[in-house]
Amino acid sequence: MIDAEAIESLKDLGAHISARQPDAVRAADVVLGELTILAERDHVLGLLRFLRDDQQCNFETLIDVCGVDYPERTERFEVVYHLLSMRMNHRVRVRVQTSEETPVPSIVGLWPAANWFEREAFDMYGIQFSDHPDLRRILTDYGFEGYPLRKDFPLTGHYEVRYDDLEKRVVYEPVELAQEYRNFDFLSPWEGMTSQIPGDEKAEEVPE
Amino acid sequence: MADTAHLTEMEDRKFTLNFGPQHPAAHGVLRMILDLDGEVVTRVDSHIGLLHRGTEKLLEYKTFLQGMPYFDRLDYCAPMNQEHAWCLAIEKLLGVTVPRRASLIRVLYSELGRIMSHLLNVGTGIMDVGALTPITWCFEEREKLCVFYERASGSRMHAAYFRPGGVHQDLPQALLDDLAEWCDDFPKMLDQVESLVTENRIFKQRMVDIGVVDEKTIMDWGFSGVMVRGSGFAWDLRRAQPYECYSELDFKIPVGRNGDNYDRYVCRMEEMRESTKIMQQCIELLAKEGPGPVLLPGSKMAPPRRAEMKNSMEALIHHFKLYTEGFHVPEGETYAAVEAPKGEFGVYLVSDGTNRPYRAKIRAPGYPHLQAMDHLCKGHMLADVSAVLGSLDIVFGEIDR
Repeated sequence: MIDAEAIESLKDLGAHISARQPDAVRAADVVLGELTILAERDHVLGLLRFLRDDQQCNFETLIDVCGVDYPERTERFEVVYHLLSMRMNHRVRVRVQTSEETPVPSIVGLWPAANWFEREAFDMYGIQFSDHPDLRRILTDYGFEGYPLRKDFPLTGHYEVRYDDLEKRVVYEPVELAQEYRNFDFLSPWEGMTSQIPGDEKAEEVPE
Repeated sequence: MADTAHLTEMEDRKFTLNFGPQHPAAHGVLRMILDLDGEVVTRVDSHIGLLHRGTEKLLEYKTFLQGMPYFDRLDYCAPMNQEHAWCLAIEKLLGVTVPRRASLIRVLYSELGRIMSHLLNVGTGIMDVGALTPITWCFEEREKLCVFYERASGSRMHAAYFRPGGVHQDLPQALLDDLAEWCDDFPKMLDQVESLVTENRIFKQRMVDIGVVDEKTIMDWGFSGVMVRGSGFAWDLRRAQPYECYSELDFKIPVGRNGDNYDRYVCRMEEMRESTKIMQQCIELLAKEGPGPVLLPGSKMAPPRRAEMKNSMEALIHHFKLYTEGFHVPEGETYAAVEAPKGEFGVYLVSDGTNRPYRAKIRAPGYPHLQAMDHLCKGHMLADVSAVLGSLDIVFGEIDR
């Protein structure tokens, strides 16, 4: 399905980027026909500028910036950038790790389009971006508290809204669930069944 | 004294206007704070998120199959195109290829969705600048397309028809015949709209040279789709990074010249004609190649047939496990994109090897487009704001997610 020639050229591109930006690139891999670069947080601005301006890379379009949460890591967040080159017809993904307190350099200076994407990552995860011109919440309600896409934020949220007919206005109340939120664990037990089931011991018994 | 009087007059010209969130030209629930100097716009501050439903959070709590219908509710003008990106991302991680017939049906319905979306956009766009007739004609055709959606999936809008591994059910021949008939008639209706609008002087006065997009704007603001093609760049994912069977189909990519509202309108009209041709080719190929599986046969992603379930215990267990636990997707990450009617619609999917996505980020084309409103509207008149907004093809389902 994935063209071998395309993978070769992506590997070459990855090698080119790591050779030219040795400080910024921690690793460059081609998996499933997609080039992924694991970058150093402090050098990401320089790396992305290089990716945009270098003749061989030419990634001129910013496709997406988003956050991912891995609570078990010491630096729990990842910021993932997706870039596209319409001229060279290839894509790259750049991943950067960060923690709750450490800001990531903002790339609004490189692509104005990053503005809303970074605001969204801030809104959803609380990831800080340094030198962002206007780091406000974007998708959540006015006056919202908390970061909804973090893994430790409950799916139901903390507050619910309704229109109160007596007060003639919308009121905010703590979420009240008629029953506990049911998060079913559908993962199959069959592969993991190693312990004995009651009654198994009878199989060994010799019938009289 | 004369000087101060002059100054206050200048100050008087500046005011701030609230546009939306409940304005018919806001195409949903957009709220904009417009800073005006007289009638000229100096700043646009868009407030979005009034339709935010937390789709990405919900996806993390559902199996891959259960998450699929959420994609219908993103860009609700062309539901199946969104499902397509989700299915492609899952299939890429699983490393499977869909059966040939399913691939043709997917392309057929993706193009049908493209026409649905463009009809709505062109119709309402024309209405935004004052012509009230074409929207009724467009919606009449759109209604027929909704019926085709219903005949394939059982639902006029939220189809949930594409599945990882193919499509849910095969199309009956009668439906394909009716689709072919519709494809023959549809261009006539487009001609009618064009005769009324395309060379219309009032329409041109409102559209030509408004909201001009140049190369720098495209690169800076992350544009895709018609927003790029309207400016003369033949960038189309169906051609540049072909998925499904687009590489063997014959279609043209219409491009504009000036990148203004008018060129984008013309592009959309032409794209509808091209989509009709693609649909005709798909119908022909479906008839020529005959029946076949539409979901990966013998895989864990396809439910067993009813008749089989009556006799086979394994089939019954499989059915139960598929709809409760769902299938597992190998660990990894991928980005899959389709050329949706509004631009590049992508899904960044991170899987940790379980039956649920670890993270699913939806890259909606309208999001960066709307972001550029401030850039595009600066210096235009207040009345042009709604014309530019219509031409960006904004749908709030996908922007707010």
